[in-house]
Amino acid sequence: MKPYRSDTPHAIGLTLNGRQVSGQAAPRMLLSDFLRHVLGATGVHVGCEHGVCGACTVQVDGVPARSCLMLAVQAEGRSIETVEGLNRDCAVELTDLQQAFKDHHALQCGFCTAGILMSCDAYLKQFPCPDEDQLRDMLSGHLCRCTGYTNIVRALQAVVAQRNGIKQEEDENVRSGS
Amino acid sequence: MKPCSFDYVRADRVQDIFEAFEHYGQEARILAGGQSLMAMINYRLARPKALIDISRCAELDYVQVRDGRLVVGAAVTQAKVQQREALAREVPLLQLAFPYISHFQIRSRGTVCGSIAHADPSAELPLCLTALRGEVVLRSKSGRRTLAADEFFTGMLMTAIEEGEFIEEVRFPLAVDGCRYRFDEVAMRRGDFAIVSLAVVASASEIALTIGGVADRPVTRRWPRSADLPAVLAAFAWDLQAQSDPHVSASYRRHLVRSLGQRLITEVLDETVS
Repeated sequence: MKPYRSDTPHAIGLTLNGRQVSGQAAPRMLLSDFLRHVLGATGVHVGCEHGVCGACTVQVDGVPARSCLMLAVQAEGRSIETVEGLNRDCAVELTDLQQAFKDHHALQCGFCTAGILMSCDAYLKQFPCPDEDQLRDMLSGHLCRCTGYTNIVRALQAVVAQRNGIKQEEDENVRSGS
Repeated sequence: MKPCSFDYVRADRVQDIFEAFEHYGQEARILAGGQSLMAMINYRLARPKALIDISRCAELDYVQVRDGRLVVGAAVTQAKVQQREALAREVPLLQLAFPYISHFQIRSRGTVCGSIAHADPSAELPLCLTALRGEVVLRSKSGRRTLAADEFFTGMLMTAIEEGEFIEEVRFPLAVDGCRYRFDEVAMRRGDFAIVSLAVVASASEIALTIGGVADRPVTRRWPRSADLPAVLAAFAWDLQAQSDPHVSASYRRHLVRSLGQRLITEVLDETVS
């Protein structure tokens, strides 16, 4: 048994966007607040703080999770990805997903966008060829009051088409021996 | 809002849970996926003295088929069960119900046993467990006891868990040959709490309809296949003692029980005749 007492801050070490970081948190501190206020990852947006709006969605060991429904102490030793890390392995400024959001006007105020991007990034890795119904079902876990979702769906469909097009092209090239 | 303060215990072994229970007694709550409990804690509707986090307890992280049941350990997420390739064959009712459980982003962390422990009368997993006559295994320092679903759920957010006990696993009976399973739900929005949810289990001799979201817990009624369907549905709808709330009237809930019940059951009856 390893108790963390309520009245004392504890050192929490984790991997944030590929980097080892650490900070102090008492048990009651939410992961969302820890990421923003202690580790400076202000791309994590806090909306409702009870898991409904989806703005604070991050990836915990590759799996999308509401950071407002997790405690900072629970993240000890975990790998956390936030929107700041999305283009880490990408030579250009924006990933294809982010670029598609820009191209299709899939955001207006942008408050919900960081969380939506983290969900979509994880979802498309798990399900590379979703149809519109599946995309809308996945997006039902996020609230966006600007776009009406249509442009978000279009952006995602563009990403799916593009990624699968690249795959298909490579397969055909391999088959034809070029 | 932000939670009140509490101690946090990471229970990497089952033994840690017992030690924490010993230390904190009734004031401790088990935290698994946190998708219901953390929201209540943020609202300060729940103010536990200590949280015992079992999400990394490897001893409780198992899904297996055992003695004709799909057995799900307390640390297993809903996503992990939903992604089982054989789920449609093993427990078809679960496969039908999973897409209605909140959202992709919640099922990724929320646990099956956590939803059962939370015992929300409108939640899908308590409904499925009741409809299939599954079991809940409660473990304490002195041993285990196994309860049938309808002994386990005792009321709105109330269960038969006693001090010093936690849910070790839940068991869903595997599909029976010749049985048909159906699920449907009406909610204000996709992934929202069910206004009414329905599970139908149709065997060669009888129809069992389980309703969630109306009474203080999921309720099953059984009747022979030859019963006068509109009459039994109407009687069942009244017996559930539906309440009105700011969103939905009691009569609309009864209407959903009658009309969706009629549709789902007619569907299975037609299918098994043809």
